[in-house]
Amino acid sequence: MNIFQSIGDQLIGWLFEVDPATWPYTYLVYALLIALGGGLTFGFVAIFAGPVTWVERRVAGRMMSRIGPNRVGPQGVLQWLCDGLKCWMKEDLVPACADRPLFRFAPYLVFGGMFGTFAVLPFGANIVATELNVGILYLLAVTGFVVIGMLMAGWGSNSKWAMFGGIRSAAQLVSYEIPVAFALMTVVLVAGSMSLQELVLGQGGMPWEWFVFRNPFLFAAFFLFFTAAIAEGNRTPFDLPEAESELVAGYNVEYSGMRYLFFMFAEWANLWVMSAIATVAFLGGWQIPGVSPEVIAASEGWTFVGWQALSVAIFVAKASVLVFFVIQLRWTLPRLRIDQLMVTCWKYLVPLSLACILGVLVLMLLIPEGSLVDMLLRVVMLAVGLAIAITYLRKVRATYLATRETYRNMEGKDQWYPAYRLP
Amino acid sequence: METAQLEFSVVLIYLLVSMIVVFAALLLGRFVRPKVHDPEKDTVYECGERPIGGAWFTFNPRFYLLALVFIVFDVAIALVFPVATVVRDWMVAGDGAIAVLALLSFIVLLVFGLAFVWGHGNLDWVRDIEDPKAAEEQS
Repeated sequence: MNIFQSIGDQLIGWLFEVDPATWPYTYLVYALLIALGGGLTFGFVAIFAGPVTWVERRVAGRMMSRIGPNRVGPQGVLQWLCDGLKCWMKEDLVPACADRPLFRFAPYLVFGGMFGTFAVLPFGANIVATELNVGILYLLAVTGFVVIGMLMAGWGSNSKWAMFGGIRSAAQLVSYEIPVAFALMTVVLVAGSMSLQELVLGQGGMPWEWFVFRNPFLFAAFFLFFTAAIAEGNRTPFDLPEAESELVAGYNVEYSGMRYLFFMFAEWANLWVMSAIATVAFLGGWQIPGVSPEVIAASEGWTFVGWQALSVAIFVAKASVLVFFVIQLRWTLPRLRIDQLMVTCWKYLVPLSLACILGVLVLMLLIPEGSLVDMLLRVVMLAVGLAIAITYLRKVRATYLATRETYRNMEGKDQWYPAYRLP
Repeated sequence: METAQLEFSVVLIYLLVSMIVVFAALLLGRFVRPKVHDPEKDTVYECGERPIGGAWFTFNPRFYLLALVFIVFDVAIALVFPVATVVRDWMVAGDGAIAVLALLSFIVLLVFGLAFVWGHGNLDWVRDIEDPKAAEEQS
């Protein structure tokens, strides 16, 4: 049952003491509750997208051996509020030769395309706005709004930079939608459902029950999905649409003030969207280790609330790790060239994702679920995944130690920026 | 009201909320932001020079080809997803081979299409104009 429906029914019964099934204003209450839920979701998006800009700039500063924003509030945590306020109070310019309606409507589409995904993203065991049974298809469809918005912004500006940027973004976004869809199809095959909540329920709390460690092809599909999703989110190394060194700023070059802010807002919120989809589809979503969904459904009162909160915490933790990883990637990898971008997508990612689908199909036919071979495969893949994670962490640590050593040799004293200082 | 109706109305209301949020922010900003008119501000950015002509001119046809390829793939994806959803149930029911064959026929068609576009050189971003095949396409 839908979360808004169950809350609404209880609220009507408690407030007006009538039967919600026959009461004429029931749907009004539902609609108000859904709008409230939308408002809360927007609050979450703002609370995420704002501070993550600060985190990103601090990480960037750290990786480039400089400080980053640290003036507004303790350690600069309020920097995003000031940035938002400043953009809000800036003049809203529309070029005289621009196509005014297109120019002014573009931010709505870009923001709406990002925000629409939150209607199906499950945050916790029962914390999901709606469990659409066509969830994955809806995700792919609603993010199409972003492409239209960028094209509108690029064309409507009537500026050459914006035009090139807009067309380029459209080309990139539509190209990378193919590998994203194919990589998600492997999960749909295994779970037998397109609903995101069903995808989570198809997995378990323990790492070896996650789809990513199910078999080698799903493991590969996870990396394919993540690479393509980074490109969909316009993140480095795929941030061609706003390659500042060649296109100035791409499709948003003519925008100023609040309209510009909404483009940036959507971009940073997209960081959460892609990490959340990766978590839901491959990394077990909100599943609590050792607690099955039946236990959560059977619990009552504060225990139920506690399980919900715990599941949300687990989901947020998993997604945050991915977000942090993407931020790190941005300051590690160089930007691709446009021809390399297209070659990466069409000649590598698309054939590989098709191969993944075939591999998953064959393995599904050959290895029945729950058999000994299946368990062995999961353990082996988990070991491979752990090895990759440990290698990555060791590499990060070695880099940090080497930098510290260099600093000490150079300055004769310890580093000014210790490891424990956030971020 | 049926469940599906309620669920899609949630989607609709979420999209409406996003539109209203953007609209409200822009509307409220109207009262605090300055509006100083200046003909220089009305021009588009072209590296500080006075802009030469508009930007609404013909662009590279490779974008058009790319969009065509995308549409073919996207329609195929929209068709394949429902099939992929039922494959697991069919395997449980013992009709795994049929399901896999149905899915395979789709995917083989897609691979064939991709190979065709690839062989035609439409996936190459950098093209040699001296290449007779490319020159033939250009004409």
